[in-house]
Amino acid sequence: MLFTQLGYFSLIFGLIFSIFLIFVSYKDLKIDNNLINSNILIIVFLQLFSIFLSFICLIVSFINSDFSSETVYNNSHTSKPLFYKISGTWGNHEGSLLLCLLVLTLFIFIFLITSKKDPKKFKITTLLFQQVIIIGFLLFLLTTSNPFNYLFPVPNEGLGLNPILQDPILAIHPPILYLGYIGSSIIFSSSLAAIINNYVSKEWAKNLKNWVIVSWFFLTIGIMLGSIWAYYELGWGGFWFWDPVENISLMPWLCLTALLHSVIVFEKKLQLSLWTLVLSITSFILSMGGTFLVRSGILNSVHTFANDPKRGIFILVFLFTLILISLFVLFIFYNPIKKEQKNFFYSKETSILINNWFIIYFLSVILIGTIYPIFLEVITNEKISVGPPFYNKLIIPFIIPFLVLMSIGPNIKWINDNSKLLNFRLFIIFFVSLLISLFVLGINNFKSLFTIILLGVALYLFFITIKDFFTKKQINLSQKISHFGFSLLILSIILNGIFSSEIITNIKVGEKYKFKKGSIYFKKIKNFKEKNYISIIGTFIIKENGYDEITLEPELRIFNQPKIVTSEADIKINIYRDKFLVMNSVKGNDYYNIRYQTKPFMIWIWLSTILLASGGLIRLYTKNKYEK
Amino acid sequence: MKNKTLFIIILIFTLFCFFIFLKSLNNSNIYIPPKNLDRKLVSFNTTTLFGNKTIGSDDLFIEDKIYLLNLWASWCAPCRYEHKNLMKLSNNKSIKIIGINYRDSLINAKNFINKFGNPYSEILTDKDGTIAINLGAIGVPETYIISKNKKILKKILGPINSEHIKEIENLSIK
Repeated sequence: MLFTQLGYFSLIFGLIFSIFLIFVSYKDLKIDNNLINSNILIIVFLQLFSIFLSFICLIVSFINSDFSSETVYNNSHTSKPLFYKISGTWGNHEGSLLLCLLVLTLFIFIFLITSKKDPKKFKITTLLFQQVIIIGFLLFLLTTSNPFNYLFPVPNEGLGLNPILQDPILAIHPPILYLGYIGSSIIFSSSLAAIINNYVSKEWAKNLKNWVIVSWFFLTIGIMLGSIWAYYELGWGGFWFWDPVENISLMPWLCLTALLHSVIVFEKKLQLSLWTLVLSITSFILSMGGTFLVRSGILNSVHTFANDPKRGIFILVFLFTLILISLFVLFIFYNPIKKEQKNFFYSKETSILINNWFIIYFLSVILIGTIYPIFLEVITNEKISVGPPFYNKLIIPFIIPFLVLMSIGPNIKWINDNSKLLNFRLFIIFFVSLLISLFVLGINNFKSLFTIILLGVALYLFFITIKDFFTKKQINLSQKISHFGFSLLILSIILNGIFSSEIITNIKVGEKYKFKKGSIYFKKIKNFKEKNYISIIGTFIIKENGYDEITLEPELRIFNQPKIVTSEADIKINIYRDKFLVMNSVKGNDYYNIRYQTKPFMIWIWLSTILLASGGLIRLYTKNKYEK
Repeated sequence: MKNKTLFIIILIFTLFCFFIFLKSLNNSNIYIPPKNLDRKLVSFNTTTLFGNKTIGSDDLFIEDKIYLLNLWASWCAPCRYEHKNLMKLSNNKSIKIIGINYRDSLINAKNFINKFGNPYSEILTDKDGTIAINLGAIGVPETYIISKNKKILKKILGPINSEHIKEIENLSIK
């Protein structure tokens, strides 16, 4: 009770500090010096502190299982392990928004203390834009999704967190993802501030780049964690389903990836300024748009929290206010930089720009696939669902030129460099890659030309990125690692897609199921009682031609609060392939439905994503060495 | 402002998007009064999910029981929520639940049933959504309470909650 009150009032204090800040900043803007009024920094810190306090209060309520708080009552249960009680704090709509708010205030504080060299007006305008976002979030929390509503009479027991969400990976997935989403708010605010103050310059880009890398890094890791969770926990045997909510996280990621590249061109050559600004603004708009689509309940998925129409309308109005603000700022205040150089067709800039277009194309496909059904339903009342075939058809063919360009691009010189144009070796590697692809697919009886080229191109990028480690001087280490990680990722995804196999059958204890290359034997079944669920573990022995016999023990968990059955896949992982077995009970029957999958190179998908992301981190630490 | 036309075009497009989203927000909340009350269920023929045999509505609603015709899909989140209530109802001998699997992949639908249990005495498929249209359904999940002779007693929009359960159980006693 005490903590809910305290939490609620610190939120209100947060709002008061926001209003204070706007007032003080406005006054400070008029004073013509280059030193920020020290009060501003203090108020920003106080605001951060009050939001932090509020967040801690919510965590304490969850730990104490204080069911007088509505949020705790709806999302927790006394029988839950402590770790999941804590992670329950952000596993629901209200708590996750509070976490977002905390990140918003934290980031603006970090921004203000790290950007010492930037002009004062730019910093204050950034702060003002950020406060607009913070006020939006605060009002949203206080009016429609207050995490500190209390219940009377106090219930004895909570309704429990969805057991499907009781997973260590999922406990850290949301906070990391929010760091990525909300990181883009700084990119948004500082871009708008830079346009207004005519500060779209190299120094601005240098600072912006760090924020782009930070958000991009967290978003990459966040998406990967979500994907790992889907793979291990949902038991569908895949890692990406083109689910609307997955798409929503991928869109800002693509946008940030494009931005990461264009901001480098901008920093070096002062080109693509408008493009960079548009991408900066879009990244955050896409993050917010994603929040709208998920939280309003327009899209249904595992991520949908209980929806309330008022919430949807609030986020919608807020989102479009932000869009309109950025449109006005962009059209009224933007001054093109006079120094723009002429573009040269065969240059690094052009290749980055073209690859940017490809990324934007992928983004548009995903955007259309995600929101087209909504538009269609409103306009024609027809319900359609857009599935993987749509994305596969529209995206995969364009991956080929994208990968080729990505291989060659970093080897091309910047415009003013006068070195020789093209390396003969690049061609040789290309043909070698195609031959290897032809050979690998040939011995496995794949005859599709398209697959051969796709694999060939992926191999090409892979070899080129390895080659870059040894030869090129002008490519820095972080780029080498990220590009190598990406090539490994694409290669693993393609090989995984080509060589995966799956067997689905119903089987009972003592039975043996024979398939083309081996057999599955269902040996026995055991029951256990755990703290908050009953566990049923099946033992299966799988024999495949050419491999050792393996034992897999998938599990069914029957939770009682709320009553849900989840299936835990058993997965044998090695560096070549994952063997994945999941079982489901068939009601009123001794039979169990099993799904046995062989997934080559799964582990490489995760490892390469980590490599991809770590490239970004290295850039943050080594940036000074590389910049001339 | 230099590029007025572009600005206006973008502005109009943005506003257009805004209204589409606004409308789609409202859409999910529009309540359509139950028209089908005391009317007869339309006839339809379709195949079953398990066994793939053809079955008609005339073969189904013949016993002297309360029938629930439940429209569901594996991709529909509220259906998951509702499922445990259907499981509860399926224990009641005087109630028969018939499922219509709406616009779903058969594999996903089967997995859904295998995972969460099967409360249905029969599951029919509605791959292209035509049965749902004929029924006058506006979304999933949706449940029709039907008595013998295919008379529709009530239509429940959205997932079945504990109050609906009481209501259905009361009907089955009469």
